[in-house]
Amino acid sequence: MRFILRRLGFYLIAFWASITLNFLLPRFMPGDPVSRMFARSQDRMQPEQIEALRKLLGVDDRPIWEQYIDYLHNIFTGQMGVSISRFPTPVTEVISSQIGWTLLLGGTALVIAAVVGNLLGVLAAWRRGGAIDSALPPVLVFIGSFPYFWLAMGALYLFGVVLGWFPIRHAFTDGLEPAFTWEFIGDVGAHLVLPALTIVLVSIGGWMLGMRNTMIATNSEDYITMAEAKGLRPGRIMLRYAARNAMLPSVTSFGMGLGFVVGGALLTEVVFAYPGVGYQLLNAVQGLDYPLMQGLFLTITAAVLLANFLVDILYVRLDPRVRSN
Amino acid sequence: MTTALLKQPTQAPAARKANRSFVHGLLTNKKALLGMTVMIVFIALALLAPVLFPGDPSRITAMASLEPDAEHWLGTTAKGQDVLALTVHGSRSSLFVGLTVGLASTFIGILVGLASAYFGKFIDEALSLVTNVFLLLPGLPLLVILAAFLPPGLGTVILVLVVTGWAGSARVLRSQALSIRSKDFVAAAVVSGERAGRIMFREILPNMASIVMGTLLACVIYGIGAQAGLEFLGLGDVSTVSWGNNLFWAGNEGALLTGSWWVFVPSGVCIALVAFALALINYAVDEVTNPRLRKIKTPKTTPTKAETSTAK
Amino acid sequence: MTISQVSFGSHEPVLDVKNLTVKYIGDTRSTTAVDRVSFSIGTGEVFGLAGESGCGKSTIANSIMRLLKDPAKIAGGSISFGGKDVLAMSAEELRRFRWQDVAMVFQSAMNSLNPVMTIGDQIVDIFTTHAGYSRKESLRRAGELLELVRIDPARLKSYPHQLSGGMRQRAVIAMAVALKPSLLILDEPTTALDVVVQQEIMAQIKELQRELGFSVLFITHDMSLMVELSHRMAVMYGGRIVETAKAQDVYADPRHPYTQALMGAFPPLAGPRVPLTGLPDGVKFRNIPDLTEAAPGHFVAPFGADASVIDSTDFEGAAR
Repeated sequence: MRFILRRLGFYLIAFWASITLNFLLPRFMPGDPVSRMFARSQDRMQPEQIEALRKLLGVDDRPIWEQYIDYLHNIFTGQMGVSISRFPTPVTEVISSQIGWTLLLGGTALVIAAVVGNLLGVLAAWRRGGAIDSALPPVLVFIGSFPYFWLAMGALYLFGVVLGWFPIRHAFTDGLEPAFTWEFIGDVGAHLVLPALTIVLVSIGGWMLGMRNTMIATNSEDYITMAEAKGLRPGRIMLRYAARNAMLPSVTSFGMGLGFVVGGALLTEVVFAYPGVGYQLLNAVQGLDYPLMQGLFLTITAAVLLANFLVDILYVRLDPRVRSN
Repeated sequence: MTTALLKQPTQAPAARKANRSFVHGLLTNKKALLGMTVMIVFIALALLAPVLFPGDPSRITAMASLEPDAEHWLGTTAKGQDVLALTVHGSRSSLFVGLTVGLASTFIGILVGLASAYFGKFIDEALSLVTNVFLLLPGLPLLVILAAFLPPGLGTVILVLVVTGWAGSARVLRSQALSIRSKDFVAAAVVSGERAGRIMFREILPNMASIVMGTLLACVIYGIGAQAGLEFLGLGDVSTVSWGNNLFWAGNEGALLTGSWWVFVPSGVCIALVAFALALINYAVDEVTNPRLRKIKTPKTTPTKAETSTAK
Repeated sequence: MTISQVSFGSHEPVLDVKNLTVKYIGDTRSTTAVDRVSFSIGTGEVFGLAGESGCGKSTIANSIMRLLKDPAKIAGGSISFGGKDVLAMSAEELRRFRWQDVAMVFQSAMNSLNPVMTIGDQIVDIFTTHAGYSRKESLRRAGELLELVRIDPARLKSYPHQLSGGMRQRAVIAMAVALKPSLLILDEPTTALDVVVQQEIMAQIKELQRELGFSVLFITHDMSLMVELSHRMAVMYGGRIVETAKAQDVYADPRHPYTQALMGAFPPLAGPRVPLTGLPDGVKFRNIPDLTEAAPGHFVAPFGADASVIDSTDFEGAAR
């Protein structure tokens, strides 16, 4: 329990750090962002909104402490300002309309990559020098050396443009009404294949190698020798004794790897114009939509922190040694 | 009772012998050889680029979107630029930024690791906290937001890459430094009054050499890949020629949709080859220093006949 | 039925090791860890194997159960259990042979137990795999086993890190006798424990041995423990046996200089003060010849200037 509380405290500190970073960055930027944004909004901004924007980005004359308290207050009451590129929709609304897609894409890819990757790693370590162990790791590492977005482009070109097997942009066919029908779900699935495949291909190598190396280290532990001496069946030793222990470092690195997957999902969304928060972030940057950018950054960070926290809770369930402390 | 006097341990010859066997191990390792060969080729290309392709590589030389032919080995872009020239010149910026980011991140990581290990207590706690926070914050969004707010240019690119990349190396180097710190020879150095700087850089650091090398390689890989990602989003230094920027223009000019695969394939393949080569060298270093990861050799003797002995 | 239940008469040895040789195969050269070692253990006998670290005792133990890991390989000799050739067993035969016929208590109980499984589950594993009992039945028997070694059966639900060092070792011993094997190998069972707990464990083992009647291969470097528990014993040096006889005979009349040095390293608590003796500096034994019978039932490897000693200065005087 103390472990969980400590981790929670840590995540709160990390969140505070990202809020503060968000606060400080625009204040260190050269030039006046507000006038730039005003120009982009094509003079449609009301004076109160200009004022609000000034407060958000710190281009007013209040002392910095006051600005900081105000900012914190706004964040915790869910006010992240108004989006410029989608004027006048509030930032929170813009984000919430699209975060679902990212969760779908990222979640699917992550689960597939982690499960398949770990299984391959376990098998590779169990039969060292065998087919899986010798052939797959270098191949997967080579594929993983390609930048995410390049593989995405390649997949889009090969399977989308040349072969025409899968659609090449957006989450579902334009014009199709979102509904819980099989037709819609199938359409969403078809649009999900290429982007998810890209993320899986790049990240699976990491999972496999991580698990393989951990398993190799675990296999040389004394309790594995004892399990063999006990005459237990090899399958049981591999899963219940070796993998079950090797899983623990894997779970911890799962949390760390989340940040990476988010980055990969972002780039993949951009290539496929998949309407998730990654795609949105890029558009916000190109459109100088600072409130939206900040809002997205905070949301993504909060999601990653939350996911890490859940992973920690899972870890406590898996490792009895942590529980009793 | 006879007791032999303890001889002073001869450290220098042992260290030299260890280094020689490490270098020897690396040079005979197939992975390392392959990786180093690829790297040497790329570094040579980067250095010789102005000689091989003089002039500005982004100038327009021919008709747009030409397929690869005898005159333009990799064809031309949608604007009519020579893809091969762009690719070879691109290696300069990409390798330079990658190396700089790698060195800087590793250097910061070493400082953090040694400080944590040596000073312990509060400094360690504080540094750990900062490191873990940076490790936790998602990399690419942080990169994007930093690059968006800071003035565009190569300096910004390097800066933001180091800011997002140092924590990984710091974590690894800190844990290694800590484990060395707990060894007896360090305690002996402390007790005999060696100065802090000497202990950190002469006692602890040399024993971390292979980990530092591995970290450096990983950071360079990170630098190259992250720079490419940043540039692809248009947030890099758009005025320079680099692999990432090449891909950015390829995307922008719709190379995929017009079927001009020769525009986006070369730069991506180069990034992958360099990253893979560095990863190979990294694995080789791992294998040479950790015998358990090596391939299992089948023994040459067959255990059937009992050996004839020279029993007297 | 296990092998033990089928092939024993009371004269057939439980374990018969002949000329066992084990080598560690390296990249450039090999090292012989066990060099033509032969010994046998009878029913209900406690056989001690003594020697310093690195002399090959644990390697022999692992060889008997064929648990050797690369780069160790059995390079020669034979191991037979109740007349059956252990080295020729198939993987499945070996799996059934292990723990049912021979069981081992490893040196460090903490490291031998799976940290993420309860003690109960680890004992249940044995029963469900070998005896085919249901989980409920296995748990019941597991509880009985723990009571046998005087651990509260409620501890079935505990994880290894929640038990004390002595309890863990007793739990491991309980696991070892679960299937009532004919031979129990104890590889330095008390080295990692303090003296008080050591005594408890040794008493426990003695009691179990009397109750269940299994043979024991007792490996240790602690001579006093060995002499107390063993019927017969052997002393190893550099992969070879240098002396073997009844434990009391080795204790009372050590013939080989190495045995004498080993005995001299464990002075009695009471009695007159004598200077500690050990092997003189630089004395090593090489090319140790085969054992010859020096007295009835007492075998010693011949030693002397030409046979097996190198670099000794004044050997005759130093050995006393």
